[in-house]
Amino acid sequence: MSPLRREDVAHVAKLARLSLSESELDLFTEQLSQVLEHASDMASLDLEGVVPVAHPFGLINVVREDEVRPCLDRDEVLAMAPDARDGRFAVPRIMGEAP
Amino acid sequence: MKSAAQIAGEVNSGATSAVAELTRSLEAVRARNDELHVFLFVDEEGALAAARRVDDVVARGGSAGPLAGVPIAIKDNMCQRGVPTTCASKILQGWRPPYSATVVEKLLAAGAVPVGKTNLDEFAMGSSTENSAFGPTRNPLDTSRVPGGSSGGSAAAVAADMTPIAIGSDTGGSIRQPAALCGVIGVKPTYGLVSRYGLVAFASSLDQIGPFAKTVTDAATLLEVLAGHDPLDSTSLPEPSPSLVAHVGDGVAGQRVGVVRELIEGADEEVLEAVARAREALEKAGATTVELSIPELRLGLSAYYLIAPAEASSNLARYDGVRYGLRVDGDDVAAMNEATRTAGFGAEVKRRIMLGTYALSAGYYDAYYGQALKVRTQMIGAFARAYREVDLLLGATTPTVAFAFGAKTANPLSMYLSDVFTIPTNLAGEAAISVPFGTGEGGLPVGVQLLGPGRSEARLFAAARVLEIADGRP
Repeated sequence: MSPLRREDVAHVAKLARLSLSESELDLFTEQLSQVLEHASDMASLDLEGVVPVAHPFGLINVVREDEVRPCLDRDEVLAMAPDARDGRFAVPRIMGEAP
Repeated sequence: MKSAAQIAGEVNSGATSAVAELTRSLEAVRARNDELHVFLFVDEEGALAAARRVDDVVARGGSAGPLAGVPIAIKDNMCQRGVPTTCASKILQGWRPPYSATVVEKLLAAGAVPVGKTNLDEFAMGSSTENSAFGPTRNPLDTSRVPGGSSGGSAAAVAADMTPIAIGSDTGGSIRQPAALCGVIGVKPTYGLVSRYGLVAFASSLDQIGPFAKTVTDAATLLEVLAGHDPLDSTSLPEPSPSLVAHVGDGVAGQRVGVVRELIEGADEEVLEAVARAREALEKAGATTVELSIPELRLGLSAYYLIAPAEASSNLARYDGVRYGLRVDGDDVAAMNEATRTAGFGAEVKRRIMLGTYALSAGYYDAYYGQALKVRTQMIGAFARAYREVDLLLGATTPTVAFAFGAKTANPLSMYLSDVFTIPTNLAGEAAISVPFGTGEGGLPVGVQLLGPGRSEARLFAAARVLEIADGRP
């Protein structure tokens, strides 16, 4: 496993939509490296052929009838949103100005 | 302080009223909440309405349920309609959920009276409540020390006799560890036994809601109320709530108990002594004990600190300033998302999101996340082999008694290590209970941990009851 570099941390922050200060970048690089180093005890294991687990009891494909049921009240939900207009969530512009 | 069983009995018989019991609880909260910072929100009005409804049912000659009039504290990562739910994060400050968690509905139906929402590490990420955006909770038994976490507020509410019972959530030890540090009982039920609908998601394949209580009977009563299939949670087990209270007195005669080396190694001397005394108590009650080694458990911490952050990075992507909670303006939607998340999340949450994003990112997925999921498979197999030899496992809950504020905040890895004995149960999806068993340094409580396979809660409560009696709480 490769050691974590400062530019990796900066890249991951961007992916996670977080902006970090220079000092936070330094601190997180050091702290996250420690955790990954601790995890290196797994790297040496030969787990070829072991099936990765996602659910402890292998519960899969839980389905229900596709029927109309009561759901949350729209106005009540929108009342909790930072910004709402015309029965919808409102956000700042997503695309740039038309050329 | 009366037990929950006592209160429910007296309320149902008319010997006391739910309103009177609530008043007593609110007085205890008022007396110490400023000092201990247990509750982030006290819902006096809602609680009074719930208590009056219980008293009305009893006045009309009915039974108000197994938790009639019992004040209860709810960890603030579970939704209660109209009541602020913050996850101790600035990103959800001011949010009032438009629906209630299934567990909240079940508690109300059983006659319980939710008093308020308790403090936690932000989004349940931490082991001391020091990561709460609204300030830490203090351990009621020694206010210079942490109560543990992440469900530190719920553990402290019970330890401080504010409420006889509380609920928390346990992803890697977040019920059992604070229970041990505060000297109360804490249960991590089998994955899927309790519905997670309305529990704010941290790591969905590990999260499980469970009880805090001062007596084994109260913990069993509460879990019986909480458990059972819920069509609103696709990971909930298909069967109805098991019978637990009826088995509390079953004892351990004939049971085989394995004392697990990996669940005690590195623990302080006083913790080791408590485990040894617990072993003796179980033997005296008719169990046979054997020492076991399950080497796979040593990998638990590493696997957990990749799997849980990976799931968290995905779950917490929803906090984007669009639908609820905080929004910090930006020129476009991406800038708004980033400004919101940067201002709204605390350092530990950011660390885990980053760790998870990294573990899931191209080029590292197989080496980190993929490998961790295979280790998880190994761990499930290792527990299963152990349970072919024994019925229950015994170990420590935490390596030390409650630690001082600031002792572990500078080094996240040292904080993570305080969950080293509790994490394997979550990875395996199994059940475990922490029982207070004697005291250590400065009279602080020590917890011992009983572990069992999935759906073994009745057996665990029976063994816990044996320890409770041996510890002088008949």
